[in-house]
Amino acid sequence: MASKVFRALYTDDDILMNAVKQVRGQKYHIEEVYTPFPVHGLDKALGLEDSRISMAAFLYGVLGLTVAVTMMNYIMIEDWPQDIGGKPSFTFLQNLPAFIPVMFEMTVFFAAHLMVITFYLRSRMWPFKKAENPNPRTTSDIFLMEVAVKSEQEDALTELLLDTGAIEVQVPKA
Amino acid sequence: MYQFSQRFKITTLILMGLGLLGLGYGFMSAPSTIEEAKAMMASHEGGHGEEHGSADHPTLAEAHHGNADSHHESNSEGSHSEDHGDSTNHDAHAAAAEDHGSSHDQHVLDQMKNRPWSAFYVSALFSFLIALGVLAFYAINRAAQAGWSPLLFRVMEGITSYLIPGGIILFAFFVLSGLHMNHLFVWMDADVVAHDQLIQNKSGYLNTPFFLVRAAIYIGGWIAYRQYSRKLSLAEETASDNKPFVTNFKLAAGFLAFFLVSESMMSWDWIMSVDPHWFSTLFGWYVFASFFVSGITVIALFSLYLKSKGLLESVNNSHIHDLAKFMFGISIFWTYLWFSQFMLIWYADIPEEVTYYVMRFEAYKVPFLGMLVLNFIFPLLVIMRSDYKRIPWLIQTVGIVILTGHYFDFYNMIMPGTVGAHWSFGIPELGGILFFTGLFLYVVATTLTKVAVEPKGNALLEESKHFHY
Repeated sequence: MASKVFRALYTDDDILMNAVKQVRGQKYHIEEVYTPFPVHGLDKALGLEDSRISMAAFLYGVLGLTVAVTMMNYIMIEDWPQDIGGKPSFTFLQNLPAFIPVMFEMTVFFAAHLMVITFYLRSRMWPFKKAENPNPRTTSDIFLMEVAVKSEQEDALTELLLDTGAIEVQVPKA
Repeated sequence: MYQFSQRFKITTLILMGLGLLGLGYGFMSAPSTIEEAKAMMASHEGGHGEEHGSADHPTLAEAHHGNADSHHESNSEGSHSEDHGDSTNHDAHAAAAEDHGSSHDQHVLDQMKNRPWSAFYVSALFSFLIALGVLAFYAINRAAQAGWSPLLFRVMEGITSYLIPGGIILFAFFVLSGLHMNHLFVWMDADVVAHDQLIQNKSGYLNTPFFLVRAAIYIGGWIAYRQYSRKLSLAEETASDNKPFVTNFKLAAGFLAFFLVSESMMSWDWIMSVDPHWFSTLFGWYVFASFFVSGITVIALFSLYLKSKGLLESVNNSHIHDLAKFMFGISIFWTYLWFSQFMLIWYADIPEEVTYYVMRFEAYKVPFLGMLVLNFIFPLLVIMRSDYKRIPWLIQTVGIVILTGHYFDFYNMIMPGTVGAHWSFGIPELGGILFFTGLFLYVVATTLTKVAVEPKGNALLEESKHFHY
């Protein structure tokens, strides 16, 4: 009962979307899909869970805001209060309007940078990493779908994939 | 077809009736002589009344003082630095200082008389500007040939129909102000102008006839676009080609150019001029953001209402999601402009500019800061999450909060300049809100019954029906 991974190649995103729906409709398990560009709605067609990156971004933003508040309070109020433009820095609240741009920028900075870094790491992309995509043409003009299949269903799957408009189905040896 | 049910109609009529009673009470209870005004302040403010006359009372007396002199004092500061050698100007100030006592009393009386007028004006202005915000949103969607929104055009056109009664009411109000029925616009008062160099300098622009002409041009221009665009929009349903659609597209682009200029000038005329010494260069944008987000919120509320009646079947989650995104985004845009205006004035600390905020921080703390919570923090935290922008009851809740918050935004723009430190929120203000809510709902619902709520024949309609996010 060893399962193999078939690779079906497509040349068009609409054909790919229909193929994904049909293959999933037949209860096959799609391991992964590689596309040259983001295909709108593919995540829903594949039944992927919603990304949690937005929650991460919110938390990073809160972190950035906290850092900004702490930083401005330390620099401008506690460590070395300065009288800038006739606005003495006695309390944080008195000077709050002047700190708001800093707080805003730090929130955005933390949220944006940490979100990008998180996204790269979560996608298993880091420096000197070797590309994982099985066929370099998926970075150019080919859409590739990987489908797991049990040995007794191999012929039926090949048939189905070709029916859905695949230009080629690659079957691993043995 | 939408049916304006008997129950809903009676509700709007009751709202209008209660509102008129509230406003009437406001006018009846306003003092007509200085003695009455003094007696009312003594009884109304209880213990404060005793100390009122003495200069020791720190907050109240100062607030009155700063307020009574909002034309005299900040003027002297401003003009001293601007034209030092102007001796006539100094004489005028000396004269103003001499009869300060009696002019103070007169000023307080004027402010107390202003209260019911201001309560009426804030609601009249806010409801009119909501319809104007919807008109701007509609024109932007037309000019951009947006694919998602044509399904909602009938809803927007229904709301903009309020521009006609709302505009007539506002114009009548301005005529009454010009006839000195109230003192909302102090620059209309020849006595005030005679003692006020700063207003004299502006009187080439700020004078009653020119003010009324401008108001007529703005209101007339906006209503004309609304009527013509509605006509073309209805013609799309039966047209055999795209001609009405294309004409409407060009018309929208032209209107937006007119609107950007007229809206900015409207905000100076109708709102900024109640504080005729004060100015802010981004005021037009700020006012626009406020009524734009209110208008979009009202579109969302009406769309959800009509959808719940089963009349907007093709409107799906994604349309609601888009409206909620605009509510969220423009709320933040409003905050950005509010803060941009505030921070520069706070930092520069120039007397004639900063008095505007000093007044609001000292006498209007609760509505002024509370509004920031309602308009910024609440929408920011509640509808930030993508999924939440599709939940009808949540959008309705946030919508009501946003509308309340922006009502208070306009309240804070008008009241400090007209009523001063003697503000309160009571029967006249509630009456204004109820009356204009009732009138607004009545007019909009009546217009919605005229044609099917789902449009036909728009060139982008199919795209709108299949819109999904």
